[in-house]
Amino acid sequence: MKRLTLDLALACLVVLAVTLLAGCRGEPGQVVIGSKKFTESVILGEMLTGLVESTGTPVRHRASLGGTRILFNALVAGEIDAYVEYTGTLSHEIMAREKPVSAAELRAWLAERDIRLAGSIGFQNNYALGMVEARAAALGIASVSDLRAHPGLKLRLGSEFMDRADGWPGLRDRYGLPQADVRGVEHELAYRALGAGEADVTEVYTTDAEIAYYDLRTLEDDLGYFPQYDAVLIYRADLEARAPEALKALKRGLGAIDVERMVALNAAAKVEGRSEAEVARAFLREAFALDLTPSGEGMPARLARYSLEHLVLVGVSLAAAISVAVPLGVVAAYRRRLGQVVLAVVGILQTIPALALLVVMIPFFGIGAGPALVALFLYSLLPIVRNTHAGITGIPAALRESAEALGLPPAARLRRIELPLALPTILAGIKTAAVINVGAATLGALVGAGGYGQPILTGIRLDDTALILEGAIPSALFALSVQWLFERAERAVVPRGIRARAS
Amino acid sequence: MLTLHAVRKTFQGKPALDGVDLEIAPGRTTVLIGPSGCGKSTLLRLLIGLAEPDAGSVCFDGQALSDATIAALRLRMGYVIQQGGLFPHLTAGANVTLMAEQLGWDAERIRQRLAQLSDLTHFPRDGLARYPSELSGGQNQRVALMRALMLDPEVLLLDEPLGALDPMIRYELQQDLKAIFAALHKTVVLVTHDLAEAAFLGHRIVLMRDGRILQSGALAEMMAEPAEPFVEQFIRAQRSHLDLGGGER
Repeated sequence: MKRLTLDLALACLVVLAVTLLAGCRGEPGQVVIGSKKFTESVILGEMLTGLVESTGTPVRHRASLGGTRILFNALVAGEIDAYVEYTGTLSHEIMAREKPVSAAELRAWLAERDIRLAGSIGFQNNYALGMVEARAAALGIASVSDLRAHPGLKLRLGSEFMDRADGWPGLRDRYGLPQADVRGVEHELAYRALGAGEADVTEVYTTDAEIAYYDLRTLEDDLGYFPQYDAVLIYRADLEARAPEALKALKRGLGAIDVERMVALNAAAKVEGRSEAEVARAFLREAFALDLTPSGEGMPARLARYSLEHLVLVGVSLAAAISVAVPLGVVAAYRRRLGQVVLAVVGILQTIPALALLVVMIPFFGIGAGPALVALFLYSLLPIVRNTHAGITGIPAALRESAEALGLPPAARLRRIELPLALPTILAGIKTAAVINVGAATLGALVGAGGYGQPILTGIRLDDTALILEGAIPSALFALSVQWLFERAERAVVPRGIRARAS
Repeated sequence: MLTLHAVRKTFQGKPALDGVDLEIAPGRTTVLIGPSGCGKSTLLRLLIGLAEPDAGSVCFDGQALSDATIAALRLRMGYVIQQGGLFPHLTAGANVTLMAEQLGWDAERIRQRLAQLSDLTHFPRDGLARYPSELSGGQNQRVALMRALMLDPEVLLLDEPLGALDPMIRYELQQDLKAIFAALHKTVVLVTHDLAEAAFLGHRIVLMRDGRILQSGALAEMMAEPAEPFVEQFIRAQRSHLDLGGGER
């Protein structure tokens, strides 16, 4: 009876996962717009989505997918059809060129990859270094070169900027900047650190609403280090044939937004706290007289969707991990030499940073639930394999030999004696994996897997604590109920005779 | 019934059995005795196939024990170890019937056999639903004995079955064991380090030391004609304990 319920539960999870994955693939003919995980990109993504929607073409916005690499790879792989990129980012980050490239060169390079550059959205969003006005004035710093005289300044830079070829390493070398206290943080958090006086310098995007909000001085790039970052629409070449109407609508966005407008739109989202969709739709109404019904999803519906996505991420990855890790643990316990290798490998898997793992998975599993499921699956292996191994090798020799002397064949020994005896330990491993998984699954939002990470991520970006809590509280409750459920399950499944030993 | 021929077994370079020849008679109780480390438990483990000899042969009913034959032969032997080796996750009853269920006996046959065994071993019926951790040491040994007897094996192997029990329980179980052995007429091989127990339960005593058999026969024979000075020393040491402690035995 117990086994039947378990099987049923597993079957349900699998069905759910398949439906969800299928849902992610989208319907044929659907146009998919992407955006990076910062406000401006999401607003532009919403705008493009609205433009396509106005033609009646089915369209979907995969918002806040993560960084440049994820977006561009997704575009090349056909996971998304179009998004707004910046020319400087394309030439430096994607093409990995040291020097600026001409527009023609850029187009040709993209064309080789079946990507088209439609043209500029109408503004530049350049990098600059920013300092709080009062502090900059006090220290007499007006340009980047002036920073050389102040080696004690604290620099807090966006994580992506820290590593990018056109980011901090190049800037430091060009100007010979001496600062030692340089750390990478989330771009939005860097602003907050500056505002709180905990840091002196951060990099800014020139369209950021925070520049005005925190009263920042943008330092002059007197050596002309930063390239130009024209916001441009890029799309897959096959869109022309697949959805010509949609493409035409997308191109209405070219030249539609100038710098002042972009700063205002960013401010509307970040400072006034309106959602990106709302901001984009208000803009479309104003500029194109498009009145689109907002896809308004109330808080309960939103929460239900996050919960379902999160449940599937955790449930499916955990079920898969159990079905692989328990046998692996058994093999590891039976074959000592092989076991060392297995334990070492799953141990190493555990040390791969989640973000790196997610990004590495994208070429193989696309964006969405796929890479997140695989990453969570891999992370779940270690606790389960290790506990299964420990549970079985920890069985006293007298019991193992009694089973053998009784005449039980090896398979029956495993099924009737060894696995049941190891069950409390195995369950403890699964519980650990599940609780870790609930937390780790929030990172899935970075690759479009949804779940509670979505509001957390958006909340961090918009400095909206309520939104962060909308993800963080259910996530914590989820973890607690997983813990509680496993304790109940343990009481139900583990026989009285070994329960005391387990706790 | 059981024959060992020129058996050698080495553990980590130290000989545990150093050329043992032994013939175990059917329907009789043979007791292996000797100081700890003499190889008596190793010998028993060879008989049930938990260890394999480095040299020599072990035969059951004329058949050599090997990987190919051991599975079938184990069903014809019952094995009880010192702490019982009961599975803590199974009730006493489930421990006893485990192998019969594995072999696909029908429920009625299992029920009848279980009832028969609990009568035989004086184990209370209501104790069958308890887990080993909820039973006393003596009761656990009765369960272990029932488990060993479940398939009605021809041979019963017991490795210090009473070693961990306190004296009163031990005495009671010795009486019961003797009655059970007498009632069943099984070939029994019992390992103990207690000479009184050996004399009480065994038809024949096999005295071992350093992996070899020094002498075998009835206790009276050994006392009358010790084969080596050690035999006499061993008996004297145990008897002095007898005189001091367990007088009634």
